[in-house]
Amino acid sequence: MNKYLSVQTKKIIGKILFYGLVFVLTIIFISPFLVMVLTSFKTNNDAFTIPVKLLPREWVAENYPAALAAIPYFKYMGNTAFITFVSICGQLLVTPMVAYSLAKIKWKGADIISGLVMATMMVPITVTMVPMYKIYSMLGLTNTYVPLILPAFFGKAFYIVIARQFFAGIPNSLLEAAKIDGASEFQRFYKIALPLCKSVMTTIGIYAFLDAWSDYLYPLIFITKPDRYTLSLGLQQYMSEYSVDWARLMAAAVVFVLPVIICFAVFQKNFVEGIATSGLKA
Amino acid sequence: MKRRKLNQTQRDFVNGLLFASPWIIGFFAFSVYPLISSLYYSFTKFNAVTSPEWVGLDNFIDIINDSLVWKSLGNTLFMVFVSTPVNLFVALLLASIVCSNFKGRGFVRTAFFLPSIIPMVAATMVWIWMFDPTYGYINNVLSWFGINGPAWLMDADYTKWALVIMGTWNTGTTMLVCMASLQSVPKSYYESAEIDGAGKISKFFNITIPCIAHVLVYQAVLGMINAFQYFQQVYIITTANSGVKGGGAAGGPENSILMYPLYIFRNAFSYLKMGKASAMAWLLFIVVALMTIIMTKVTKKVTENAGGE
Repeated sequence: MNKYLSVQTKKIIGKILFYGLVFVLTIIFISPFLVMVLTSFKTNNDAFTIPVKLLPREWVAENYPAALAAIPYFKYMGNTAFITFVSICGQLLVTPMVAYSLAKIKWKGADIISGLVMATMMVPITVTMVPMYKIYSMLGLTNTYVPLILPAFFGKAFYIVIARQFFAGIPNSLLEAAKIDGASEFQRFYKIALPLCKSVMTTIGIYAFLDAWSDYLYPLIFITKPDRYTLSLGLQQYMSEYSVDWARLMAAAVVFVLPVIICFAVFQKNFVEGIATSGLKA
Repeated sequence: MKRRKLNQTQRDFVNGLLFASPWIIGFFAFSVYPLISSLYYSFTKFNAVTSPEWVGLDNFIDIINDSLVWKSLGNTLFMVFVSTPVNLFVALLLASIVCSNFKGRGFVRTAFFLPSIIPMVAATMVWIWMFDPTYGYINNVLSWFGINGPAWLMDADYTKWALVIMGTWNTGTTMLVCMASLQSVPKSYYESAEIDGAGKISKFFNITIPCIAHVLVYQAVLGMINAFQYFQQVYIITTANSGVKGGGAAGGPENSILMYPLYIFRNAFSYLKMGKASAMAWLLFIVVALMTIIMTKVTKKVTENAGGE
């Protein structure tokens, strides 16, 4: 009886500890989001008053219109949206073609190229940035969106790897049946393989959206004219003075992050699948 | 004249090449060309305006004699050998939590994963604000427990630890990979261990860890490769804090967060020593390439363990 009780108590204590740990960790992980949102509803004076209160002393929404007016926010958002849209189109056009070649066409290069695709993922951007800057500035293409958009039309390794894995799972018999019916390679790709990979294309589209929307380094290197800025660069304008207006900055950040959160809420499943199957991103 | 018809192998070759051609062109334009020309640049001296002028090994001699290079290398190695293991540990902890059954599991998983897709600029700015010594949330929460928090990003002794904390918030993707591998451990292993009377902890170390070891090693090497290239966050932090008292200049307080790649970037685009930057970058590339080779070896093991593809 005693022993039974102690096992029971042990179990209960274990459960309490587990839930306690989960609770604390969850709070820690969502706290930056809370800080962002709560600060955005404080007055700037409130944010800089001791003692610091978690909740705003007085809830105000004025930071939002003020933040969006302080910098050409909507212009930057338009710039970012344009780059993002074109990048997604480029990736969705090229990725399936390349992935199909690597997974479904039997040719000598497939293995070599697959290896090279993996290898390029590891080339540090710091190695390539100086020559790319040099060549783009020689062509007079800095302060245009060409350096940000062009790479999308040549495929990104991470997306190709995900798509290749998916294509590899399509039964060869399907493609061979079409071949016997006289379908060309392109028709087999376009009419049979492509319609089967809607979900993986969605996943890639989402990643392309996130990558382009959040990109910081390329705009930083290639865009110096303020009216060409993307949101990533624009956000820093709140910080360039001696004091940072944190309440406004957080409001601007909330608006910047919101599309990403919405995207996640809608396509949650695709995020998990893409990463879990490829195991690539760290 | 009769045109010779291509046989199947030849046709496949042409088609394969054609379908893959965008990537192949991009590979030469965006990887091969920059790699080779930056190797050439590393033996030259030039800025954005002048054209490269051959200087032999001058850049490399300059690098060896530049104390900031060594300082930045030390900072980067800190990220590689401290931040990476911490991140992996956190990711594994989060993954094992999310793999167990409890109410609200979906919400918790979202809370753990979501940070990793937040645009880095926004995320870094929130952390700069939270780390504010006086008005930041972190030190205020610490003060509830009577802890007098450090100045974090303003104090050279704590800057890197602040980065480590920031990094753990970003382990969502690693967590998902760990989760997938945890779920792939056969249940029967645990069951037979239970019959032998194994406890939870013993099961974790004797079954779980060995079963997912290859994934952990792979993620560790990948994490280290990424840590060698870690710099956008510190660029944002140093730029944001450069006007603030105690924030330090180009490399944070006492250059304590001047990462090696950040120093490359500063050399290239702030000091316009593009030759030196290229030389530094190539040294980094060699290190990363070596680590990649190690990782490919591990990858092979991963596929072998998974029964081959």
